[in-house]
Amino acid sequence: MSIFQITLIIAMVMLSICLLLTAIRFAIGPTLPDRVTAFDLFVANVIGIIVIYTELTHNEDFIDVAMILSLFGFLGSISFAFYIMRITK
Amino acid sequence: MEQSIDWVLVKEVISCFFILAGVVFMLIASIGLLRFPDFYIRMSAITKGSTLGLGLILLGMAIYFNQPGVLLKVLAIIGFTSITAPVAAHVIGRTAVQNRIPFWEKTDLEEFRAYLVKAHLEQHISHDKYLEEKAKKEKEMGDAAGDTV
Repeated sequence: MSIFQITLIIAMVMLSICLLLTAIRFAIGPTLPDRVTAFDLFVANVIGIIVIYTELTHNEDFIDVAMILSLFGFLGSISFAFYIMRITK
Repeated sequence: MEQSIDWVLVKEVISCFFILAGVVFMLIASIGLLRFPDFYIRMSAITKGSTLGLGLILLGMAIYFNQPGVLLKVLAIIGFTSITAPVAAHVIGRTAVQNRIPFWEKTDLEEFRAYLVKAHLEQHISHDKYLEEKAKKEKEMGDAAGDTV
């Protein structure tokens, strides 16, 4: 195992710690918008993990997964925001 | 002299540098999400930190693969995230203001209160709160009816 792969695995471990911290905020978040923003950070972390996995396995096909996931994360947070925003006067 | 340089090693070192910088930014964003006192401050930490971190990680991968197709896809992902992250943060922040998510007590709200009055946001309430108040009003009506009878 070269030092390059060791560095990538260290980066993956740090991103997993990020996922853990985000999950704690997702669990204790006092309001619903807190959880929606935690979901945003979830998606960003998962995209980072997919990118590092792509580099670790030299398989370029996984980049498409990251691209689709970035668009779907936006759709998810926007739809959650409109779900909360049902305003009545 | 130029033949003696190992270009694969150079690419690996630059890519590792970018990826570690991006991961550190993501870690800072996560710690900010966990430690900051207010929803709005937390949201600003996430939006900036995670966009920058993701961009650095993707640039590291593009440098490592060294192909035009991969670079195009990476630039597409960076463009998507840097367009959609501020829009999503704006929409969620506006929703939070309309739903009266409380501010931190040290936030300076002097100018923002004028905006709230001007936009009549105080008159808007969320659907859940509307149902709650309607139930309360009906209960009061029932109590009044009970008193009269």
